[in-house]
Amino acid sequence: MSITIENINKHFGTYKALDNINLEVNSGELIALLGPSGCGKTSLLRIIGGLELADSGKLLFHGEDVEARDARERNVGFVFQHYALFRHMTVFENVAFGLRVKPKKERHPDAEIKRRVHELLNLVQLDWLANRYPSQLSGGQRQRIALARALAVEPKILLLDEPFGALDAQVRKELRRWLRRLHDELHITSIFVTHDQEEALEVADRVVVMNRGKIEQIGTPDEVYAAPATPFVYQFIGNVNLFHSRDHAPWTQQHGDAVAYVRPHDIDISRTPQDDTALPVEVKLVRAIGSIVRVEVAADNSCELIEIELSRERFDVAPLVNGDHVFIRPRQFRVFGEGVKSELSAA
Amino acid sequence: MANTTKIATHESKAVTLTFITVALTYLVLFLGLPLFAVFYQALSKGWGLYWAALQEPDAWSAIKLTFIAAAIAVPANLVFGIAAAWAIAKFEFKGKSLLITLIDLPFAVSPVVSGLVYVLLFGAQGWFGPWLQAHDIKLIFAVPGIVLATIFVTFPFIARELIPLMQSQGKEEEEAAVSLGASGWQTFRRVTLPNIKWGLLYGVILCNARAMGEFGAVSVVSGHIRGMTNTMPLHVEILYNEYNFVAAFAVASLLALLAVVTLMVKSLVEWQASGEILHHGA
Repeated sequence: MSITIENINKHFGTYKALDNINLEVNSGELIALLGPSGCGKTSLLRIIGGLELADSGKLLFHGEDVEARDARERNVGFVFQHYALFRHMTVFENVAFGLRVKPKKERHPDAEIKRRVHELLNLVQLDWLANRYPSQLSGGQRQRIALARALAVEPKILLLDEPFGALDAQVRKELRRWLRRLHDELHITSIFVTHDQEEALEVADRVVVMNRGKIEQIGTPDEVYAAPATPFVYQFIGNVNLFHSRDHAPWTQQHGDAVAYVRPHDIDISRTPQDDTALPVEVKLVRAIGSIVRVEVAADNSCELIEIELSRERFDVAPLVNGDHVFIRPRQFRVFGEGVKSELSAA
Repeated sequence: MANTTKIATHESKAVTLTFITVALTYLVLFLGLPLFAVFYQALSKGWGLYWAALQEPDAWSAIKLTFIAAAIAVPANLVFGIAAAWAIAKFEFKGKSLLITLIDLPFAVSPVVSGLVYVLLFGAQGWFGPWLQAHDIKLIFAVPGIVLATIFVTFPFIARELIPLMQSQGKEEEEAAVSLGASGWQTFRRVTLPNIKWGLLYGVILCNARAMGEFGAVSVVSGHIRGMTNTMPLHVEILYNEYNFVAAFAVASLLALLAVVTLMVKSLVEWQASGEILHHGA
């Protein structure tokens, strides 16, 4: 089921949580709402789920206005950051809940409910936990049960609010791959909220980057990473070095005030100047992190650190030590005018 | 690490013993001894007189009235307490802190004042007095007044017990239930109520104990009409003032017994609840 969001606004008191949001989610798509905390992503998700009301704007499911429908009539599965499992019910009863509260004439017979619940528990690979209580499960297991519970009512849309936010790094990684596989099996239109860019880039078909109640960019993971539309996206997704036109005019290629944004892995290091725009720097810190080597350098006339990432192979060809004097030059960069820059610094 | 924690919270035997002795002595002196005295006095002239004192019509009527007042006040405050706690814990609205303050009012105000308020409102010279008289409705110096005063005094017990509990539980489970298609009533009965049942029972027990034991407010509105508007605490006072010690203490012992039973039920509830929490998690 597709979702259309048109000019949605939401205030909390004087605070503008959502500022004229427009978004089109295609049927069967897996979308990530990505942004720092307080950017409005969770509010947007809750509005779609009917747990919150927008001040103005339109919300359509498959072309049909759903504003008048409350949460229970929207047929939306909601997965919460802290699972929100019913603590006094067994895992089985948690998953069965949505089936048991159906109006009498729609309710399945007990045997059918039992069959469906076990089918779902098998889908999330936790059938053996059916008789446990939520408190007896690990965080990862709880979240999978929460997902099974949401899927029990056969929702047309699945909404996940920071689904892996409360889990440790290892489980997180495992679960998000599992979520992706599950989505590829079920094809339910899904939106998940996250502040973790890696998670968004790895799992989603498309990423919606949000900041201060506005959408900064909508695009595939590759697009938002390789071609950020705004300085904010540049900084939020991946690391970035900023070079101001005052000090690095040849790079910004502009006479006015402008800033060049350069990814750490888009900088070349050489012992001899690559060309006349090369910047002489001194190596301040070399640190190997897994498969990459992070080098921090500073221009001779400044103490501002520039971050550079090299693959281990490239580093091994020309190793560096602290205090080395070398030259750097960006392979790729993007220039934003000063007007954009000032907005960024305020963020 | 385990060792240091142990040492850090460990006191010498002498210190532990001293504290336990002080606490126990205090308890025996100020709680145990009076309780014993009540039963001792009540039974000082033998079981026969004890039973006779309890079966005397005025005493019997006082016992009945006490139970009637509690039987109305507790359910009334149960409904109100759940509604207020639900509203306060799960929703944001204007005047929320005012409502919380109002709920606390009966705790802050002396029971005598609470009683006087009702006399001022509904008494013969009160604001609504003439109107009530014209319609031949008697609140003050009658059973309805006693029930009203009891409700007022026991007003906060259940709400106060539930508000922090419901606040700490948040509203995510309710939101999950609604998004799964549950109606408001289904959400309340299947999700909210099971989550608060122990706190609710605890509040009911405390509310009931206070409803049966209330003296000050009820005393003001009752008028002390024997066999009509006397509750057990008031009846005890009357008997005592008449130097009828055996009868006074016999009724008092019944009140004390109710208190002891209440405390036992309370402990049982706490014990059950903690067991369940260990099992299912908080």
